[in-house]
Amino acid sequence: MSIALQRTRSIANGRLGSLLLLLALCVVLIVVGQRVLSGGLSFFIQILVFGLANGAIYGLVALGYTMVYGIIELINFAHGDLVTLGAFIGLAFFPIFGLVEGKDLGIIGVAALAAVFLIAMVLTGGINVLIERVAYRPLRNSPRLAPLITAVGMSFVLQGIMYLWKGAFQIHVPDILPGTRLPLGPGASVGVKDLIVIAIAVVLVIGLNLFIDRTRLGKAMRATAQDRDAAQLMGIDINRTIAATFFIGAVLAASAGMIRGLYFNTVNFSDGYQLGLFAFTAAVFGGIGNIQGAALGGLFIGLVKAYGDAYFSSAWTDVYVFAILILVLVFRPSGLLGMRVPEK
Amino acid sequence: MADQMENAAPADRMEDAAPILQLDHVSKRFGGLLAVDDVSFNVAKGEVFALIGPNGAGKTTLFNCITGIFSPTEGRLVFEGRDVAGHKPHDVAELGIARTFQNIRLFGYMSALDNVRVGQHVRMRAKLWDALLKTPKERREELRVTERARELLDFVGIGRHGDSYARNLAYGQQRRLEIARALATEPRLLLLDEPAAGFTPQEKVELMQLVEKILGQGITVFLIEHDMKVVMGASRRIAVLDHGEKIAEGTPDEIRNNRKVIEAYLGKSA
Repeated sequence: MSIALQRTRSIANGRLGSLLLLLALCVVLIVVGQRVLSGGLSFFIQILVFGLANGAIYGLVALGYTMVYGIIELINFAHGDLVTLGAFIGLAFFPIFGLVEGKDLGIIGVAALAAVFLIAMVLTGGINVLIERVAYRPLRNSPRLAPLITAVGMSFVLQGIMYLWKGAFQIHVPDILPGTRLPLGPGASVGVKDLIVIAIAVVLVIGLNLFIDRTRLGKAMRATAQDRDAAQLMGIDINRTIAATFFIGAVLAASAGMIRGLYFNTVNFSDGYQLGLFAFTAAVFGGIGNIQGAALGGLFIGLVKAYGDAYFSSAWTDVYVFAILILVLVFRPSGLLGMRVPEK
Repeated sequence: MADQMENAAPADRMEDAAPILQLDHVSKRFGGLLAVDDVSFNVAKGEVFALIGPNGAGKTTLFNCITGIFSPTEGRLVFEGRDVAGHKPHDVAELGIARTFQNIRLFGYMSALDNVRVGQHVRMRAKLWDALLKTPKERREELRVTERARELLDFVGIGRHGDSYARNLAYGQQRRLEIARALATEPRLLLLDEPAAGFTPQEKVELMQLVEKILGQGITVFLIEHDMKVVMGASRRIAVLDHGEKIAEGTPDEIRNNRKVIEAYLGKSA
């Protein structure tokens, strides 16, 4: 740790630091409070739900970052682009399954949508396994910078492929989720769409947690993350386990891409870049390598973004989010819930 | 485990007994360094075999070759009649060789019980969907695995600590847990890399008793050890490695009086 960083931390930990922090917090609270009060409660709640829906998407993406980092200590910069890729793949299957705008979904529609989700998730997962095989596995024992740069390169490759596929346009995603809004007291309402997005994300996160806790493969993943050699000697095939991690990460990314497409009804080949950085911030905020941390961090970043957009200016959103990333890295690099990374 | 019981042959006849592991002119080269140099010896079924030698003699490298972490540059490693040289570590584990590490390498953020359950990974048959759907087959297997893990923790004497994080256990308990985790893979050959390192005399005595108990289960034990009291007390036969070469092999008494061995440990002037 550098001396400058130590000094910064020691100031922050001292009495002066606490005072400054308190002061800063008060200023933020007063400014935010004023705006919230002038906006009214119903607006506040609406933004809350919007922020949670947004945060659920970030959380799903952050899980992929955190799982891959936890198992091979790679920040997979190509992960954000898998989100867009998942949406693109899903979009290609919409007409085949008869999913068009302006029709009530019905039971068949829901089944068709589920099928499209499944196809997009499995295909994206397969592609990510392939990427791991050709781009990361050969570099597994190289210095850590090598796979990191490969990952950045992979991100450009994926964006390039999607650009060639659909061009640089904003691509419309059929608006097929019900647009109904549920009233929430005077003047406030919550979209059914928001609730669906949140529900899907919650189900996926719970499913992932059960998978990692309960299944043999989940246990193998935890063991591989903690000590690769020892895991191998327990008879765990680490190549398969790492491939499975990439698969699951991409499955979650693809589902996030689909959800995001259906929610905003638009997708662009380069969306994954910024989304990925936000999700990465969420993963670091929650404690990289930590599953629950990533989900929580995602919700937090979603809320910061939503309230920032609503009460201040969307032009400044990147500033709030990355300021959080910097503050976490300086003052609490292990994140909110603590890191879970291999011990060296 | 009882059905695996074997009649251990008397110590003096060990060399004649069927070998479980044969090292046949094994060499391992790292660039210009010959870490293991043309080493051959047999480990007989049902014995305790010790590998000793000064620091840097190539003992752990040899273990790494046997367990597939390294592939030997030359030579054959025959385990139960099958050449395992160059096999992947997880395949070697499945074939029936388990090991512990010189510097303890547990899964620190798992409970002791879970560490042992991971050890049973290769012997489990339930598929992914069984686990997700909680089929009766999977339930039975989970029950069996958990019960077995508790037995193993009891066997090594840390049965009360099943729910603690591995990293929170005391040092000696961690060493025992590593042995339990290795036993969970149902090995027929157990490699222990300096199991007594950092132990008190009392703990060393308990360790030797544990090794005897493991032997009683029909598992052959092959250990690396620095502590001569443990080596001489626990093992039936010993091989000595110095600068990657085998300089002696024999019973504890033979090794104790071997001039080359004394020179290797104390220098030529001694």
